[in-house]
Amino acid sequence: MDISFEHVSYIYQPNSPFEHRALNDITFSIKSGSYVAVIGHTGSGKSTLIQQLNGLLQPTEGSIQIGKYKLQAGEKTKNLRGLREQVGVVFQYPEHQLFEETVAKDIAFGPHNFGVEKMEIDRRIKEAVQATKLPDELLERSPFDLSGGQMRRVAISGVLAMNPEVLVLDEPTAGLDPRGQKDIMDMFKDLHKEKGLTTILVTHSMEDALAYADHIIILNQGEIYREGTPLEIFKQHDALEKVQLDVPEVMDFLRRAKKEYGVEIEYRGQDIAELAKELTLKVRGDSDHE
Amino acid sequence: MSSSMIIGQYIPADSVIHRLDPRSKIAIIFFYVVIVFFANSVMSYGVLTLFAIGSALLSKVPFRYIMKGLKPVWFLILFTFLLHLFVTREGDVAFSLFGWDVYREGLIQGGAISLRFFLLILVTSLLTLTTTPIEITDAIEELLGPLKKLRFPVHELALMMSISLRFIPTLMQETEKISKAQASRGVDFRTGSFKDRVRAVVPLLVPLFVSAFKRAEELAMAMEARGYQGGEGRTKLRELQLTKIDVLVYGVFVLLVIALFMTRS
Ligand SMILES: Nc1ncnc2c1ncn2[C@@H]1O[C@H](COP(=O)(O)OP(=O)(O)O)[C@@H](O)[C@H]1O
Ligand SMILES: [Mg+2]
Repeated sequence: MDISFEHVSYIYQPNSPFEHRALNDITFSIKSGSYVAVIGHTGSGKSTLIQQLNGLLQPTEGSIQIGKYKLQAGEKTKNLRGLREQVGVVFQYPEHQLFEETVAKDIAFGPHNFGVEKMEIDRRIKEAVQATKLPDELLERSPFDLSGGQMRRVAISGVLAMNPEVLVLDEPTAGLDPRGQKDIMDMFKDLHKEKGLTTILVTHSMEDALAYADHIIILNQGEIYREGTPLEIFKQHDALEKVQLDVPEVMDFLRRAKKEYGVEIEYRGQDIAELAKELTLKVRGDSDHE
Repeated sequence: MSSSMIIGQYIPADSVIHRLDPRSKIAIIFFYVVIVFFANSVMSYGVLTLFAIGSALLSKVPFRYIMKGLKPVWFLILFTFLLHLFVTREGDVAFSLFGWDVYREGLIQGGAISLRFFLLILVTSLLTLTTTPIEITDAIEELLGPLKKLRFPVHELALMMSISLRFIPTLMQETEKISKAQASRGVDFRTGSFKDRVRAVVPLLVPLFVSAFKRAEELAMAMEARGYQGGEGRTKLRELQLTKIDVLVYGVFVLLVIALFMTRS
């Protein structure tokens, strides 16, 4: 679904000493089917931004269009239910939302609330645990007996079972080991492709933003600081440093290759080792000519 | 939810009221609550109101904000007033409203009791608005100190209080977080029949209890690991200390009491 924000602001606890403008005049648009990464320092407003996407928070100013749904400041949103069914949100530490007696029941909770039929729910449970690589025999266990990583997968399955068209991920890998992080990120990438989802990822990892997203939005103090493709964004070393964001290691490598050796390497998703090889070849090649 | 209720919320500022020793604040509020019941004339109520409003202004907490935060209580105050207005049947008839006689005595009593109510709520919320929960528990522990001799577990009580107070904001955040997560999975906390709404609470309460128990266990472990043991012989990081301001405020309070008894009829 196409998503667009028009001059959206959000104020927490307005008219109190705690009044806080968490988003200020945000305007952007996302094409259906794209994979967008939202990055920014802690407190920059990322979580506030994504909570507007399924109407958990209503803009204080401005308006948001998500597919056929419209959220307008000061107006009651129609058919919030429909919106929530189509926009699945995986919150930070989603395993905290588990509550049912069995894994299967917890995964069924979302679709059940949206009135999906029993047969269809069973089919979706199967599909969801297949996607998240949860062994079938866990389905009848209590979610509270599982390991942290497995609980996270159960919670994610619960959101996938809603069959959303837009998938919103708020730091979905926080607190997992590096291996688990990569598995989950790869899984979301596969789902994104297979189901033609529109994916919005909030992340602290510049590496992930570079590897998975095709568009990046940088927030700083509630405002859009930069926006563009990963290559455009990560070229701007100084601009990123100003808001305390790092550049992915590979991007830094490319920059220094150019600065120290005058060598331009085209980035096609290589890792550090491959880039180093390429650089050696080019540097040698140049000196051979002389 | 958290935006309109201010009772129990601390607002940091640098004011005389903030700097007052929490023991003084509690003691003065205690005696204020007692003397409010001695007022019986317009002037004596005036003196008490002056003291309460004056303290509120001195606290540097925006007055408009305090008034707005007392919204839920305004309803109770109004209710009390109306109750007295319609139930009291003494003295002369002041006027008639839709064929119902309103007596002069009812007006006076209703007014007086609502005002009392308002003053009590105002000064007590001023305590929590200007004193951190930790200061309040420290003060209570000190004030209840003498009970230790009777083997009353004062320290444990204070510890329980401060831990609970410490975790109220955490619990509120957690509640908000989980209700948002479940709302995203299609739970509707606002509409539906009574039965539906009760049922909607389960997905909220279970995760809250699970995390509260987990947190309690972690806290107990962390305290044990750092060698915590009960009250006997424990020293304090921040010792409470009476200052000149406290003495000054006691003076003002004594003047208030004198003024009150002089203006009583
Ligand atoms: N419920 C709330 N009440 C008041 N302020 C909040 C609330 N939630 C977040 N904030 C404030 O809004 C700002 C943005 O928060 P958030 O969107 O969570 O940032 P991020 O996800 O980028 O770390 C922060 O300064 C935060 O303190
Ligand atoms: Mg966040």
